[in-house]
Order: sequence, then structure tokens, then C-alpha cells
Amino acid sequence: MQATNDPRCASGNMLTLKLQAHVEDFDLSISEQLPGPGICGLFGRSGSGKSTLLRCIAGFQACRGQVILDDQIWLDSARGINLPAYQRPVGFVFQDARLFPHLSVHGNLAFSLRRAPRPASITFDEVIDTLAISGLLERSVVNLSGGERQRVALGRTLLSQPSLLLLDEPLSALDTQSKAELLPFIQRICDAFKIPALFVSHAIEEVAQLADHTVLLEQGRIQAAGATTEVLESPQLTDLTGRTDSGALLTGRVVGYDSTYQLAMLDCAGQSLAVPTMTPVTIAQTLKLFIRSKDVSVATTEPQPSSIRNVLVGTLTAIGTTDESPFAELSIDIGGQYLSARVTRAAVADLDLHTQDRIYALVKTVSFDHGVNP
Amino acid sequence: MIEWSAIWLTLQLAGVTTCILLFLGTALAWWLANHDGPLHSLIAALTAMPLVLPPTVLGFYLLLLFSPNAPLGQTWLALTGDTLTFSFSGLVFASCVYSLPFMVQPLQGAFEVLGRAPLEAAASLGAGPIDRFFNVVLPLSKRGFLTAIVLTFAHTIGEFGVVLMVGGNIPEQTRVISIAIYENVETLNYAQAHTLAALLMTFSLVVLLVVYAGNKRPPLRIG
Repeated sequence: MQATNDPRCASGNMLTLKLQAHVEDFDLSISEQLPGPGICGLFGRSGSGKSTLLRCIAGFQACRGQVILDDQIWLDSARGINLPAYQRPVGFVFQDARLFPHLSVHGNLAFSLRRAPRPASITFDEVIDTLAISGLLERSVVNLSGGERQRVALGRTLLSQPSLLLLDEPLSALDTQSKAELLPFIQRICDAFKIPALFVSHAIEEVAQLADHTVLLEQGRIQAAGATTEVLESPQLTDLTGRTDSGALLTGRVVGYDSTYQLAMLDCAGQSLAVPTMTPVTIAQTLKLFIRSKDVSVATTEPQPSSIRNVLVGTLTAIGTTDESPFAELSIDIGGQYLSARVTRAAVADLDLHTQDRIYALVKTVSFDHGVNP
Repeated sequence: MIEWSAIWLTLQLAGVTTCILLFLGTALAWWLANHDGPLHSLIAALTAMPLVLPPTVLGFYLLLLFSPNAPLGQTWLALTGDTLTFSFSGLVFASCVYSLPFMVQPLQGAFEVLGRAPLEAAASLGAGPIDRFFNVVLPLSKRGFLTAIVLTFAHTIGEFGVVLMVGGNIPEQTRVISIAIYENVETLNYAQAHTLAALLMTFSLVVLLVVYAGNKRPPLRIG
């Protein structure tokens, strides 16, 4: 386990997992310590065991081994300890929300609060305020939109005063617009209530936006784990997602918003980036941008004005090539942050690229439609 | 003249049987809905037997079981001082066997539709097993419970063959409506038979209307 640079990870909430589970033909075998608080992303393809792992931690899935949060032992097969799900202080947010259809929104929230340990440090008012659900309280859960359902489900989970949040693809059943709306809420509750969270997703952008720490899972085994920025650049991720999906995470600070063209102006290590955004941004907030390698091309001289608006100057730090692929992966240092670009090997030869060269990175599209990090 | 004692006895029998089966049937239906394997198939088949067996067959074997010479009949006699054959307690016993599938099957169906999802959600919110049953399973299966209770009650009211075999025709003990109708017809007392028969017809129609009207709405979506 690599130490992360996130200062919040220095304090407690260490989750120790040593797990073996067999579900039909599938084998899960995990041995890992996850630092907290903050959000830990659990990324993998469908069937990689992400949900099974979450279900083992929650106590829904029978398994052997250890699940320990700080000094609370939830499972220790060797010592015969196995707390049933309802005695584990976990909050589970399901892909399909699973609100109780016989109760109103208020009834669902009250169900959780009534069973929560006292005194409740997370209050009813705080939750409905943070998640903007005060207007829904009297509604029947059957008529809520997908995004509203998940907000209510998040609220219900928070009111159970969990020590750990397990988010099992809470966005995957939503349309793009609802996803974009919900993502900031997840970030906000983890920050506001200081609850460590495990966030499962098969969309790397979601993990890139939310997670401080990322674990890659494949066929029930951990392939890589560490700070999200490091894992996003790891070769294991490329193996998992294929070349087209690999990329790097840039962090920028909002310095302006152009409402005419709906562009957020970002300061990224002293250079500026204009990012189209549908959701409003506030000045001085930090945004994380996941930029795919295939969306970055390079030039050795300052390019002429073109439709590509974002040009970052940096230093070429690595050229990754293999004989099997016609492409090369370039790693570019932009004032301490890294960008990766995917160009043909022929281009590398033609431009006569070498490490330590000064290089212009042309960013075609910046996939930013969410990801608020106040 | 309406034979009130037969009606009262029938209602008592149906009421007691429904109450007993509500507990036994719920437990059995829960087990059947949540377990799988060879034992599951055997129990499911045994539960459904009264649906396919002629009541006389069921009654015949129950009569043998209830006999004071058989272990069950003997134990009962020793415990209560009363026989199971030709007695009200014997009828309750027999009705519980006979009406079992009518309680178990609608409940099992309701529990299966419910699935694990809402129970896991409740468990993650700190609800223990009993809490989950009363505050999640029960309210979400209320239609299943309504159907099961109504069908069990109505089916016990209409019971004939089994009663005749194990209970006979003792006024205020085992002479239920269906037995009274049978005897009235046998003794050519048609007017009396008509009154009771029409009563049962009306009752059955009302009961089925209640069940079908209650089940008309699509099942609630979970989640």
C-alpha cells in the first residue's frame, strides 16, 4: 500500500480487509488495508467482484477472513466473530435505491433515524438540507425520479449514523443529467459528515472525480491500489480499460466563468484551461479533470490558433512504446501534474521527440460535466 | 328455521384453524421462500398434497392417526382426556392439514416477490430479524396475507369430506354447515338445505370478490 498525499488520510478510519468468498463459480480473494477518511474508489469491469466485496463488508455475503474498521471487528473467522449485517455500522447505498415503497420519503428517513445509535451526530435537518430533499418529504417514493430516489437513499443511509459508507454503483441506473447532479452530493456528504466511503463504479471518470484513493479489481483480485492520481496512470488500469480509456487526472482552480460560452476558466499549475460546463461552478473551487490520452495530441512549436482551445506547455518525461502497438504513450509534466498523450510511434519519430523536450499538449476535449470539490 | 349451531360451529372451526395456520403457515412459507435443495422440494410437495388428494383419502389416514390406539391419538388422549376422533379438536387438527396449502402458497408467493432487496436495505439501517419481519415484510406482503387468510377461512368453511371421515355428525361438536346440508338432503329436507346452501354460496362469492378486488392493482414496485 502506497501512502497517499491526501492529508485527511493521515488520521484513523483504517479499513482492514482479508477476505475469501466463493459465489457460485466466482472466487474473491482480497487482502488490503484501505486508508480513511475520504473516498476510496473501487474500480473494475462487470463481474470483477466489486459488488461482492461490498456485500462481504456489509455482511450480506457469507465469507471468511477479517473485516476490521479501526478497532471494531466485524468479521474475524479465526476468532469466531461474524457480526450480522444489522449490527455493523455500515451505510449501504444500492444501485436501485431500495426505498421502502410502503413508506413516504419522510417515513423512509424516519425508519433509519429511529434505529440509529443515540445521540445522533448527523441530524435530520442537516441531512435534508445537504441533500436538498426538504421539498420531497411528503411524497410517495414510488413517484420520485431516479436522481431523487438516490438522494433520499443517501439521506436515509446517513441518518443511520454509519461509520463507513458503501456506495454500490449509486449512479449507474441514472441518466447523464441525473448523474451529473448526484455526483456533487456524494462528494459533499463525504466531506461534510467526515464518513469514509467505498465507492464502486465501472466508470473510470466517476472514480477519477470522487476518489482520493483507488483500488483496481479484476477477477476477484486486487490489481493495483494507491492514490487515485497514481492508479489512473498505472499500466494495470490500461490493461483493464483498454488503451482508449486510459488517461490522467488534472486538478485546477476555477478563476472565472464565461456565461456567454458556458466555459469555466481554470488555473492549472499557472496555465489556463477553458472547460465547457453545463453545471454552474464557483470561483476558487477546485475541479478534477480526467483527460483521456487519446484526446491529447502534441506539438513541438507553439501551435497556430485552431478549434483546439486548450494548449498546455510541459516537459516530456517518458515515452512508452511497444513493438506490438503502433501507438506511444507520452507522459508530460505540467508544473508538477502529469498529462498523458497517445500518439502514433511514427509521430514520435517524425517530431524527433525525446524526454526532457519542451512540448505543447493540445487537449481536444476535456470531459468535465461534474465533480465539485469544494 | 336456520340451524344456528351448525353455522356457529363452522365459524369457530374456520376461525381457530385460520389463527393456527397463520403462525404455522407463515413460518413454513418463509422457510420455503428462502431455502432451496432436496428437502425444499419434499416439504413443498407435502404442503401441496391436500390440494390433489381426495378429502376422503386424507380423512381416512387422519382417522387412523387420531385413533386412541395410534401414537398421536394416544398422546392426545393422555394429555387432554379427550379423543381426537369425533371431536372438535380433531376437526381443528384435520382442518389445519387440509387447509395448509391455502395459507402457505399465497404467503410463499408474496415472500418470493418481496425478495432479499428490502430486507438487506433494512438490515443495513440497523433493523434486526424481528424488526424486519414486522416493519418491512409484513407491510409489504399485506396483500399476500389478506389472500391467504381469506382463502384459508373460506376453504375451511366449505370442508366436507375430511369432516365426515374424522368428525362424523355430532350436533355442536362436529356438525358443520356442509354436514348439515348433506344430512338435510339425505332426509329430503330441501328447504333447510337450501337456506344453508344459499348462505354458503353468497359467502363464497363475497369472499372471492374481496380477494380479486384486492389483487386487481399491480404489485408495488420495490426500490
